[in-house]
Amino acid sequence: MIDQFIIELQKSISLFKPEATLAVTFVVALIADLIFKKSKNISGYISLIGFIVTFYFLFWQKGQNYGTFTQMLSVDPFALFFKFLILLTSFFIILMSFFSKELYINNRSLGEYFSLIAGMTFGMFLLVGANNLIMIYLAIETMSISSYILAGYTKEIHRASEASLKYVIFGAVSSGLMIYGISILFGLTGTLNLFEINNFIANNNVNIYALFFSVFLILAGIGYKISAVPFHFWTPDVYEGAPITITALLSVASKAAGFAVLIRFVKAAFIDNTQLDSEGIWILISNIDWRFIIAVLSVLSMTLGNLVALWQTNLKRLLAYSSIAHAGYMLMGVAVMTDAGVTAVMIYFASYLFMNLGAFFVVTLLANKIGSEDIDDYKGIGYRAPILGVCMVVFLLSLTGLPPTFGFIGKWMVFSAVLESNFIWLAVIGVLNSVVSLFYYVKIFRNMYVRGVEENENKENYQFHPIAIIVLLLLAIPTILFCLYPGPIANWAAASVGIFLG
Amino acid sequence: MTALLLTLFLPLAGSILLLFVKREQTQLIKTGALVISLLSFIASVFLLFSFDQSNPGFQFVINQIWVESFDAGFRIGVDGMSMLLLMLTTFISPITILSSFYSIHKRDKEYYVMMLLLQFGMTGVFISLDLFLFYIFWEIILIPMYFIIGVWGGKNRIYAAVKFFIFTVVGSLFMLVAIVWLGHYVGTEIIKNAQGFTTNFMVIRDVSFNIPFDIQKWMFLAFALSFCIKVPLFPLHTWLPDAHTEAPTPGSVILAGVLLKMGTYGLIRFNLELFPQSAFAYASPIAWLAVIGIIYGALVSLVQTDIKKLVAYSSVSHLGFVVLGIFSMTATGIQGAIIQMVNHGLTTGMLFLIVGMIYERRHTREISEFGGIARVMPVFTVFFGIALLGSVGLPGLNGFVGEYLTLIGAFTSPFLDSWAYSIIAASGVIFAACYLLWMFQRVMFGTNDNPQNHNLKDLGKQEWATLVPIVIFIVWIGIYPSTFLNISENSTKALVNKLELIKFGKAKYELPTEMDKIKLEKEQNILNTK
Repeated sequence: MIDQFIIELQKSISLFKPEATLAVTFVVALIADLIFKKSKNISGYISLIGFIVTFYFLFWQKGQNYGTFTQMLSVDPFALFFKFLILLTSFFIILMSFFSKELYINNRSLGEYFSLIAGMTFGMFLLVGANNLIMIYLAIETMSISSYILAGYTKEIHRASEASLKYVIFGAVSSGLMIYGISILFGLTGTLNLFEINNFIANNNVNIYALFFSVFLILAGIGYKISAVPFHFWTPDVYEGAPITITALLSVASKAAGFAVLIRFVKAAFIDNTQLDSEGIWILISNIDWRFIIAVLSVLSMTLGNLVALWQTNLKRLLAYSSIAHAGYMLMGVAVMTDAGVTAVMIYFASYLFMNLGAFFVVTLLANKIGSEDIDDYKGIGYRAPILGVCMVVFLLSLTGLPPTFGFIGKWMVFSAVLESNFIWLAVIGVLNSVVSLFYYVKIFRNMYVRGVEENENKENYQFHPIAIIVLLLLAIPTILFCLYPGPIANWAAASVGIFLG
Repeated sequence: MTALLLTLFLPLAGSILLLFVKREQTQLIKTGALVISLLSFIASVFLLFSFDQSNPGFQFVINQIWVESFDAGFRIGVDGMSMLLLMLTTFISPITILSSFYSIHKRDKEYYVMMLLLQFGMTGVFISLDLFLFYIFWEIILIPMYFIIGVWGGKNRIYAAVKFFIFTVVGSLFMLVAIVWLGHYVGTEIIKNAQGFTTNFMVIRDVSFNIPFDIQKWMFLAFALSFCIKVPLFPLHTWLPDAHTEAPTPGSVILAGVLLKMGTYGLIRFNLELFPQSAFAYASPIAWLAVIGIIYGALVSLVQTDIKKLVAYSSVSHLGFVVLGIFSMTATGIQGAIIQMVNHGLTTGMLFLIVGMIYERRHTREISEFGGIARVMPVFTVFFGIALLGSVGLPGLNGFVGEYLTLIGAFTSPFLDSWAYSIIAASGVIFAACYLLWMFQRVMFGTNDNPQNHNLKDLGKQEWATLVPIVIFIVWIGIYPSTFLNISENSTKALVNKLELIKFGKAKYELPTEMDKIKLEKEQNILNTK
C-alpha cells in the first residue's frame, strides 16, 4: 500500500516538472531582480529561459494520461495542448514587453512584472489540469491575483489603477460566487473530485434545481475568466486600462485556461463517460440541457461583443469587445459537446493566439510612436509603417475569419462542428455576427490605408527595432502559413481531445 | 497540367517578386507586372491548344490532398465552361495592366502587387474543383479589390470600397456555412467516407442530387445569395454602380470584365450542377429577377448624366440576360450565357477603358460637358462606336450572339413556366440601343462648342495597344462564334443532360454517359499520377 503510494507520488512529481520549473522561475526571477539592480530586464531574460526549460519538459509529457497527486491534477493530451498554448503566449508576451514604452516609464525595473507573468503562467498550468473543485478554485486564484497586480502595474496611469481596482472587485465577487457554488455542489454530492461527482450524479437522485444553481454559479466563475456575457463587465475597462501586453495576456492565455477548465469540468462531471460513442458525441447524465445553456451564453457573448465593438473608437477597447465576441464563437464549439467541437475550440485558440497577440503587438509598437490607441490616430499609418501595416491587415483578416488566414481555419472548424450537431440556428447566428464584426475590423484598416492619407503624405516613416519586427513576423507568418498548411495542427488538436477520466 | 499550374501561380509569384523591387523603379515594376501577366496568358493559350473539345469532363485535373482531416484538396481542372472564362481572365488582365500605365499615378508598387494578386484569385476561382479551395480564392479577391477601389479610386472611394467589401462578404459567409453543411452532409450521409466530410467537387456533384429537397434548398439559397450579390442580380445590385464609378479605370475593367462573371460562373457550376432539384424550383423567381434587372438597369441607364455610371448600370441589364440564360437550363441558353459573359467582359471592359481615356483628357465624365468630339478624335470615335454597337447587340458583333442565344434558350426552356420572360427581356435590347446610342450622340456628335474640347488629342500608341486586341475578339465572336461555342458545347450538353435526366428521366443529347465519363477521368488520373 505504502509502496504503491510512493510509486504514485514519484510518478506525480516527475510529471510535475513543468509546473515546478515555472515556480522556480518565478522565485529566481524575483531574486535576480534584487541582486542585479542595474539591469532592468534581467528577470525577463530569466523568465524566457525558464519558459524554454518548461517547453523542454512539456515535450516529454507527450502521450501521458495520468491523474497526478491522487487525481488532483491530470496530465493528459488535452491539458498538454493548452499548456503549450499558454506557455507560447507568455513567451511572446515577455518578448513584446521589452518593446513596450509604457512599462518603462519612470525608469523603473520590471522584476516583479516578469516574475508575476511566470507566476500567472504557473496558475494557468494548474488550472488546465485541475480535476478537483478546490484545485480549480486555488488555480483560478493563483492566476487571478497575479493578474490583478499586473493589470495595475503602470500605477502612474490613472486608468490602470482604476482597471486594477475594478478587476479586483469584480474578480472577488465572481470567485465568491464560484466558491459558493462549489460548496453547494459539495453539499449535494459529498465530494470535490469531479469523477466522483459524476459517479454520484449518475447513480443518485440529485435535486435538479440545487444542481443547476450550483453549477451555474461555478460557470459564472469560469465565465468571468473567459469574459463571456453576462460575466464580462470588467473586460472593456480592464483591457483599456491595463498595459497593452497584459491586455494581450489576459485575452489569450487566461481565456485559454478558462476554456480548458470549462471543457474539463463539463466533460468530467456531467458526461456519461461509460458510453462514449465512436463519433465523439457526448451524452449528458443529468436532465439539465447544458448544450442549450452554453449555446445561449455563446449567442449573447458574440452578439453583445460585436454590437458594442461597432461603436468603439479606442483600439484596445475595441479589441476587448471583439475578444468577448470571440469567446462567443468558441463557446459555439463547447456548446455542441462533441469531440469535434472541442477540437474546433482548440484549433480556434491556436489561431486566436497568433492573430490576437499580433494585433496587440502592433498596437503596442504604434502606441510607442504615436502615444495613442485611438483609431482616428491611425490614419495613413499603413504607409508610414509598411511592415506593421501589412501584418495588421493579416491579423485583422484573420480575426474576421477570412482566408487565407489561420482564423479562417478556426472558423471553418467551429462551423463544421456546429453543423455536424445540427445546430443550424447557431451557425447562422455565428455568420451574422461575423458580418457585424466585419464592419469594425474594416474600420481599422480603412483608417490605416485609405482615409486621410493625404494629410500624412510627406511625414517620415517610423523606424522599429529589428528584433521587434522579427517577433511580429513570427506571429504574422504562422497566421498565413497555418491556413495553407493546417494539417499538422488540426491533427494534433484532434489527437488531443483525450481527457483523463479517472 | 504544367500550363495550368503556370497560369495560376505565375501572377502570385510575380506579386511576391514585385515586393522586393525598390519603390523608385517604377518602370521595372510596370513592365515586370505586364510581362508576368502576359506569360500567364501565353501559358493559358498553350492550355487552350491542348484542350480536348470533345471531352465534356474536366481536363488537366490535379487532385492533391491538402488537409487530410476534412478531405480538402488542391484540386484544379478545367472543362469547356471554365476554359472560356479562364481565357477571358488571362486575356483581360494584361490589358488592364497596360491601361494602368497611363491611369495610375501613385503608389505604383502596391498597385501592381494588388493587380497580380487579383489575377491569381480570379484564375483560381475559375479552375478550382474543391469547395474549400474555391472559397479561399473567392475571398482572396476581396482584399486587393478593396484596396484598388479604396486607395486609387475617385472622390467617394471609401464609401464604395466598404460597400463592395461588406456586400460581398455577407453573401460569401452564408456560402461558407452552406459549403460546410454540404461537405458534412455528403460525407456522413451519402458517401460515408472516413473523415465524414468532403469538399471534393468531383465527388459531390455526382451524388448531391440525392440530398433531400428540404436541406438542398437552403444550401442552394445560400450559394445563390452569394453569387447573385456578385453578379449582381436585382435587387442586390446597389453596390455595383458605386464600386464601378469610384474604382480607377483598370479596376472597373477588371470588375466588369471578370469579377462579375465569378457570380454567373458560380451559378452554373454550383447552383445548377450541385442542386438540380432546387434549381428547378427556384428557376422562375430568379428568372423574374433577371428580367426585372434587365429592364430596370436599362431604364436607370437612360437617365444617367455620368458616362461611367451609365455603363455601370448597363452591366446590371446585360447580366440579367446571362442569368436568364443560365436558368433557362437549356444547352442553347447556357451556351448563350457563357458567350454573353465573355462578350460583356470584352465590350463593357472596353467601354470602361474608353471612358477612362476621355476622363484622362478632360477630368470629367459628365455627358453635358461633351459634344462633337468625333471631329477632334476620329480614331477614338471609331473604337467607341465598335464597343458601343457590340454592347447594343448589333448583328455581326459579339453582343448579338449572346443575347440571341439566351433569349432563344429562355423561350424554348422546358423549365421556365412562361415565354413571357424572353418577350420582356427582348425589349431590354431595344432600351440598350436607346440609352447607348443617345449617349453616343450627345457625346460624339453635334456641335463642339465647349472650348475645352477643341484640342483633345487622339489616341496614343499605348491606347491603341489596349483596344485593338479587344476589337479583334469583338468582331471574331460576332462573325464566327462557333470557335468559342464549340469549346463549351460538350460540357454544357453534359450538364443539361444531367438536369434533364433528373427532371424528365431521359437525356437530351448523346454524349458519353456520366458513369463512363467518370471512369474515363479516373483512368486518366491514374495515368497522370503514374
